[in-house]
Amino acid sequence: MEQILITLAAVLATAAPLIFATMGETISERAGVVNLSLDGSMLLAAMAGFAVARVSGSLALGFAAAALVGCLVALILGVLSLSLGQSQTAVGFVLALLCTDLSSFLGTPYVRKPGPAVPHAPLPGLSDIPILGPLLFSHDMLIYASFLLLPTVWWFLYHTRAGLVLRALGERPQTAYARGVPVIRLRYLYLLIGGALVGIAGAAYSLDLKQGWSYRHTFGTGWIALAIVIFGGWHPWRVAIGCYLFAALQSLASRSQSVLPSIPTQVFQVAPFVLMIVVLALINLLASPGTAHRLATLPKPLRRPAERFVGWLATPAPAALGQPFQRP
Amino acid sequence: MIAHDQATPTISEGHTRRSALLIAALALVGALIFTSLVLLSSNVPPLAAYNLIFLGTFSTPTRISDMVMLASPLLLCSCGLTLTFAAGLYNLGIEGQMALGAVAAMIPLRLLPNLPPPLLWVLAFACGAAGGAMWALLVAGLRIRLQVNEIFAGLGLNFLASGIALYLVLGPWRRIGRASSSGTEPLPTDVWLPTFGTLRVAPAAPVIALIILVLIWFAVTRTRWGLELRAVGLNPQAAGRMGIPATRRLAESLAACGALAGIAGAIQVLAVFHQLIPSISSGIGLLALLVVLLIQANPAWVLPIAAAFAIFTTGSLQMSVALGADSSIAGVLQGALVLFALLARGLSGRR
Repeated sequence: MEQILITLAAVLATAAPLIFATMGETISERAGVVNLSLDGSMLLAAMAGFAVARVSGSLALGFAAAALVGCLVALILGVLSLSLGQSQTAVGFVLALLCTDLSSFLGTPYVRKPGPAVPHAPLPGLSDIPILGPLLFSHDMLIYASFLLLPTVWWFLYHTRAGLVLRALGERPQTAYARGVPVIRLRYLYLLIGGALVGIAGAAYSLDLKQGWSYRHTFGTGWIALAIVIFGGWHPWRVAIGCYLFAALQSLASRSQSVLPSIPTQVFQVAPFVLMIVVLALINLLASPGTAHRLATLPKPLRRPAERFVGWLATPAPAALGQPFQRP
Repeated sequence: MIAHDQATPTISEGHTRRSALLIAALALVGALIFTSLVLLSSNVPPLAAYNLIFLGTFSTPTRISDMVMLASPLLLCSCGLTLTFAAGLYNLGIEGQMALGAVAAMIPLRLLPNLPPPLLWVLAFACGAAGGAMWALLVAGLRIRLQVNEIFAGLGLNFLASGIALYLVLGPWRRIGRASSSGTEPLPTDVWLPTFGTLRVAPAAPVIALIILVLIWFAVTRTRWGLELRAVGLNPQAAGRMGIPATRRLAESLAACGALAGIAGAIQVLAVFHQLIPSISSGIGLLALLVVLLIQANPAWVLPIAAAFAIFTTGSLQMSVALGADSSIAGVLQGALVLFALLARGLSGRR
């Protein structure tokens, strides 16, 4: 029992950077902008955050620097795609590679150097609650922040006026514009907020979960985060489920290695990626018209919940995602 | 899935030569200024660094031959990506297609070691092409039948392909006596592609790459198939209404790109590493994506830009010894070139 709790708590903790990155990406994609640079900007932010925290000795400054780097990369993407009409995919991809190489080059002096790390901070009182205490309240501040970020993003998107406008930017930018919404300016805003969260996700590795800096420190997490956002249908709760599932799979993979020692580690490490593709394919299969026909033949009491379940799983992308906005 | 990207890369046409030159100049100047700032911030003298990046390759015949052996697979991958970009696809799965091509090329080399080498080479190239094409068709199937965006299908399959290569290196194809993640048992020297004397350049590799480059240039610019491919890339719906089998063209471009990437993988096995290593693609596929983005998939520019990128990468390898800096600066320069080219295109008001 204790062992299971420890494992689950570890899964919640290791998913924290994914939560920051995917929430950032969800915000900008709901506003209609794909930030494909995620993997590179996370690496560059991780490096910058570690370097600043090591030199200044201040964790807060480290995280601020990481957020700033994430913002800056997002700003470049914004200028090139939103203002200058270049393809978001092309710019994002180039930025991903450029930032990766920048982090390798500029980060050379910091490779495998000791540096500050976010201290473990069990919440007094709350951490003594049986089961919930060790599960939720014996982490550090960054991981508590990831727990809080989730409901905040959800509440903002679905229960505030600004959140409604944000979603309109991604679905019907023309309509939003006609109602007086400054589409481009707001897209910039949410792209930058998303970028800042991506930057914090990078620093979450170098200053907390994988302390320090080394070449390609985050091992492709940014690309996974992008896939999880799609897997989660651009909805914060489902995206979060995706993050925790992925973290759980990784922990399961490293465990099954001791059960089946004949199979190399690396095979287990790629298992979650394969599952991700399969799940994406399945979700799209569920969303196809063929499935709708098949569901229609089900007996009535079954049909309703089945249709609702499929509808919940297979949410379409924001209608204007990745498309340039032209003033009418 | 991500909605169809309106600003997909397509072959540039109808632009005046002068503005194209202006864009190239702006991209070069911007990238050089940016890279110089990066170098200065790491206390590396820019002039010495550029001397290595631009001219370091030409210091010894060995380095020139290394550059040719990098440029050949890079050319092949760029040729393949020219097709997928023309069709409006971002084939990020090219790294995996190259790795699977290398794995497939290893199969005849391991199973039939007693065949005469020329026959083995043909078999290895054929298997490599088939392996790469198969891996690319997985992306095509996911994209066409199941609407999984090709970027994510490709990326996921890249991870899977590197997992397969690692598994083979550490498992069934491990070195006798000691399993090491550094690679399989080296191939017997008589099946290596023949080289010039003691240099590492195998003339067959650049020759194959150049022949394929000409074929691709012809296919894209001079055939109906190429025209249809570009039509699908510009507007799949409209192309479909004109009677072009759009999904078929998408699948064909991906399969052809995968086959070329697979041949590049076979070159890596037969002429560069002489064994299967886990990172057999060495990032060449990603570099090819940068090449193709820079030239907007115009096949006429593939050769000069791919050669230039190979020169930068080979030259910068000496950075750590000569200047104590990381060789990733070549990647910074290459990425910055593409980024500033996009900026210049945006400023000049064209897509």
